[in-house]
Amino acid sequence: MGITVSKNQWMNVAMVAFAMCFIVFSSNYFDEYSVRILNNIAIFIILAVSYNLINGVTGQFSLEPNGFVAIGAYVTALLLVSPEAKQYQYAIVDPYPFVMTLHANFVVALLLSGIFAALLALALAAPVFRVRGDYLAIVTLGFGFIIKILAINNPEITNGSLGLNDIPEFSNLYWTGGIAIIAVIVILNIVNSKFGRAMKAVRDDEDAATAMGVNTFKAKTLAFCTSAFFEGVGGGLLAALLTSISPDLFDFFFTFQLLIIIVLGGLGSTTGAIIGTVLVIGGSEWMRFLDEPMHLFGYTTTAMPGMRMVVFSLILIFIMLFAREGIMGKRELKDFFTSRKKGEK
Amino acid sequence: MILKIDNVTKNFGGVTAIKETSFSVAPKEIFGLIGPNGAGKTTMFNIITGNYEPSSGQVIFRGEPMDGLKPHQIVRKGIARTFQNIRLFSSMSVLDNVLIGFDFQARYGFLESIVRFPRFIKEEKRIKVRSMEILDYFGMASFAHEKAVDLSYGQQRKVEIARALATNPELLLLDEPAAGMNPSETEELGVIIKKARNDFDLTVLLIEHDMKFVNQMCDKVLVLDYGKTIFEGKPHEAIQDPEVIAAYLGDFHND
Ligand SMILES: Nc1ncnc2c1ncn2[C@@H]1O[C@H](COP(=O)(O)OP(=O)(O)OP(=O)(O)O)[C@@H](O)[C@H]1O
Ligand SMILES: [Mg+2]
Repeated sequence: MGITVSKNQWMNVAMVAFAMCFIVFSSNYFDEYSVRILNNIAIFIILAVSYNLINGVTGQFSLEPNGFVAIGAYVTALLLVSPEAKQYQYAIVDPYPFVMTLHANFVVALLLSGIFAALLALALAAPVFRVRGDYLAIVTLGFGFIIKILAINNPEITNGSLGLNDIPEFSNLYWTGGIAIIAVIVILNIVNSKFGRAMKAVRDDEDAATAMGVNTFKAKTLAFCTSAFFEGVGGGLLAALLTSISPDLFDFFFTFQLLIIIVLGGLGSTTGAIIGTVLVIGGSEWMRFLDEPMHLFGYTTTAMPGMRMVVFSLILIFIMLFAREGIMGKRELKDFFTSRKKGEK
Repeated sequence: MILKIDNVTKNFGGVTAIKETSFSVAPKEIFGLIGPNGAGKTTMFNIITGNYEPSSGQVIFRGEPMDGLKPHQIVRKGIARTFQNIRLFSSMSVLDNVLIGFDFQARYGFLESIVRFPRFIKEEKRIKVRSMEILDYFGMASFAHEKAVDLSYGQQRKVEIARALATNPELLLLDEPAAGMNPSETEELGVIIKKARNDFDLTVLLIEHDMKFVNQMCDKVLVLDYGKTIFEGKPHEAIQDPEVIAAYLGDFHND
């Protein structure tokens, strides 16, 4: 048994090393378009693995990502946009004086984005998880709408529907990829600890979990706040990648895309969430042609924006009907190695 | 007395599942809770474990009232249980199922687990070793890495007891541990429960329909019928008690 543990550890180290080499290589040699897609993939890996923690690992159906990503994006944007840039941006009304004084470096901005999101998650968790039942989905869905509406209706802070521009483009592959690696390691370390076991126990059988001394309220709250933290950080990275944000960027569609990713990858599997991200974000780029006019057998169809989403929705429906376990089921990459060992015994 | 049930009543809407029941269990006793279907036995377990709140009356464990405690807090006080319908964690390995019982005793924090602090590694190793010991005690060590749901019924029952023991209880509640087992499995289970009682210093409260098993196992029994106590005493006297016989006959009749 000691041997398999160290074998696993070596494999983990090797994979992190590979990911780092890939980041360095692609930053230096890939064209701008590919790097942009990789940045997107890295950010969505952060979001997907953390979304999977509450939805897949803990089994609490939640629709929170767009809300917390929006929070993170706005916090980071407000902290990064320079006072001069703020001066001319606020076109609807003048900003509150404190908005002008907000300033921090990138790391602090990202951390504050995560912490702010996690604290809000804590405030939501307290009432929702006190009672049994599937209230989380409704509450988080409503939360997403409220955040969007607050962003539109408080132009003194957010510049309303115009959003914030001229956010310094601090995000690059080193940041997005590096934080994605950290997020995956942190989430896996949580999953493979007593905290992760408690979360899985809650998913499998809440009564049995309680009977084993698991504080199910604490397990759910921990999962939800951890998800929110990384969604906040991811939102910050996104803001510093896109350089401009506005409320409609963070509508329900954003969450829906992440839902497709984790269901496709296999609810509960962190490896699956990563695979799902690459397939959906990569595939979504590849399927761009679907939204454009097509030339088929000599005919030209008109452009159909949103066609890609139709395809993704069909994939989601197909998975839910015929392949509920997704690509990975609840397994992780390492399970494929340990299960073979079991067969040898 | 390690456990004292003091005049407990439980109503579900119009149904009185438990009516003014009192009994006490002495340390290291194997105490049987028996009675026909629907007598209120499982309900009594759920009251002791904090899953249900009694409509009136009190549960006192080691002299301390358990009023208002949540189930997970009661486990930590030293009361563990198994379920009438086996409820193992289906996506997890046998080892992980047992580890869960140890988890609240593992001394490391959230941040320590994230950075894989030395104490995390030490504690995880400690509870893994302890889990394997318990599995070994039940002859289940070789199944540690199997999915719990892939085991046979009898094996799953053993894992469920092993898992309950991992919480380090003083009082173990077993809800029909022999249900669905064949005679030889039942016999083996009886031996192991008695042995565990001595090795783990346990008090056992068990629900069982198999009267032969009850007779062999229990120092004392309480017979419930429609939530009312109709007999308390030695098991071999219970089977001769006219009221108990009538209750069971009535039960057979209804079946
Ligand atoms: N949660 C509940 N809500 C409503 N009624 C309940 C509930 N739990 C139990 N009851 C009722 O309480 C009575 C006692 O049920 P209980 O499960 O305690 O019986 P039991 O003695 O364990 O029977 P069995 O031998 O069949 O397991 C039954 O009439 C049952 O329908
Ligand atoms: Mg019962």
